[in-house]
Amino acid sequence: MTQIIQYIQSYLGSDQTPGAAGNMFWALVYIMLVFAGLSVAVIAMNWLERKILAHMQVRLGPMRVGPHGLLQPIADAIKLLLKEDIMPAEADGFVFWMAPFIVVLAAFTVFVVVPFGPTHAITDMNIGILFMLGVSSLSVLGIVMAGWASNSHYPLIGALRSSAQMVSYEVAMGLAVVSAVLMTSLNAEGTGTLSMIGIVQAQLAQGEWFIFKFFPLGLIAFFIFAVAMVAETNRAPFDLAEAESELTAGFHTEYSGFRWSLFFLAEYSAMIAVSSIAVTLWLGGWLRPFPNLLHNATWDLVFSLFPGVTFLLFAAMCFYNAVRMPKHPLFRIQTIGLAGFGVVLGLIGLVLFVPAVSLRVQDVFWFAAKVAGFMYMYIWYRGTFPRYRFDQLMQMGWKVLLPMGLGVLILTASVALLQQRIWHP
Amino acid sequence: MAPVATPFFFYLFAAIMLIGGILVITRKNPVHSALALIVTLLAQASVYLMLYAPFVAGVQIILYAGGIMVLFLFVIMLVSIDRSIRERQFNSQWVVGLIAAVALGGLFIAVYMKGMSVFPEHALSVIENDNTQNVASMLYGQYMFPFEIASLLLLVAIIGAVVMAKKRI
Repeated sequence: MTQIIQYIQSYLGSDQTPGAAGNMFWALVYIMLVFAGLSVAVIAMNWLERKILAHMQVRLGPMRVGPHGLLQPIADAIKLLLKEDIMPAEADGFVFWMAPFIVVLAAFTVFVVVPFGPTHAITDMNIGILFMLGVSSLSVLGIVMAGWASNSHYPLIGALRSSAQMVSYEVAMGLAVVSAVLMTSLNAEGTGTLSMIGIVQAQLAQGEWFIFKFFPLGLIAFFIFAVAMVAETNRAPFDLAEAESELTAGFHTEYSGFRWSLFFLAEYSAMIAVSSIAVTLWLGGWLRPFPNLLHNATWDLVFSLFPGVTFLLFAAMCFYNAVRMPKHPLFRIQTIGLAGFGVVLGLIGLVLFVPAVSLRVQDVFWFAAKVAGFMYMYIWYRGTFPRYRFDQLMQMGWKVLLPMGLGVLILTASVALLQQRIWHP
Repeated sequence: MAPVATPFFFYLFAAIMLIGGILVITRKNPVHSALALIVTLLAQASVYLMLYAPFVAGVQIILYAGGIMVLFLFVIMLVSIDRSIRERQFNSQWVVGLIAAVALGGLFIAVYMKGMSVFPEHALSVIENDNTQNVASMLYGQYMFPFEIASLLLLVAIIGAVVMAKKRI
């Protein structure tokens, strides 16, 4: 018994990830935390996407289930779980059954290496970014399998479009990633790293986020990645694989109930995964703004207040809307519920002001805040851009992004060489 | 860090590879064969990982499982499955098959008998954490010339594909 407790305690105070320290218990705890956090994030995204899209189109969005439709995702989940699970008679049973699992597995496995903080990652791999790109590229297999196994025309066309699109944009995406990885090698030893934690530490050591490095080269590489990642996740304006107006629902037309919800889960968690790649490579991962420039005790204190203040703002929003609720007996429960939600958020905010907590959580907060920015952009794209035609999509991938990526890569390498050889010999 | 390369995992992945490989040639449906091949390639990546070569494993997953096999599936999906299932699956070339099987079996037996002396047991000298960096410095240092020759070969293949696909250049 004491041995087990010692084993559990031995990781506390370590400055490594649980995977690197080889501690199974904490690795499992981190896996469960990441899984729970992702599920909550997907549920929140479901609600936010519908609300934000609705407000962009001057609608109200879900308003019926719970205050401001806050309980709508839960109602949806219950509906999906209770729905009949239909398999087409002519479908290829085994492949049809496997496809959603492969998509979900690929989308969730990548989070093994995502660095939420210097020690807040499940593990750190020597090939971190390569692992993320590789495993997330496996999800296209699931999509192709789903489309083919449905034995139906629209899913097959959707799967073909999706695989062609993902394979072509992977190339541009890879080139953008390589030019960021190249920047990590600008240190005294001259060796770069593929490890996700190493990439963020390189940004800390060089004193700037890679998006601002060799301006505008870092920015262009980031732009290429930002376009390619929308195409990789099959989201608007590149959502040809599930274009509702042309292909009903694309590759998952024949799926229903729980299996469909797996595709949904995988789509959103893949969006979070590629956003965290972008945040890690170009936006400094868990680093707070100006970690080197504003580095003294006062600024550390100021920035450590941010997580708590954010939650207090959310709580204030809840209270404001609770006050604005219609004063009618029918709305009493909803008003009380919204106020209660505000109280919970406020309490979380207050807990985050405790120095011991905020010290551990602020890395995760900054990472999550940056990823949340990307998620908002996803919804914004969907609300504003019209869908690309397929030939435009291919032209964009092969004739615009790929040459741009090659050019940026060569220019980054040349500038880095010049900097090392001439300016700092 | 505790070693992960235990014999149990090696046998597990080797078994997955063998089963996958057998399924590739015995399935009548070409899509099922391609999926079995993907399983085989992924198990192979795991074996690379056990050999402390994470970079090779990552490249294997990206290139083979994520890239080439998707294109395979892409083509196979457009094939009429009903017709391909009725096709004759095996060639009855007994003589060639027998010779190949005997030669391969002989090789296996030779490796099994003499393996201990040919591949002596070695303490691990490379550190896993430097694998990518080591591969890079090998490719761009010691083996620069073969590496560039290989890339030239790929360039020739690309030009060939363009020439064949384009009607008018």
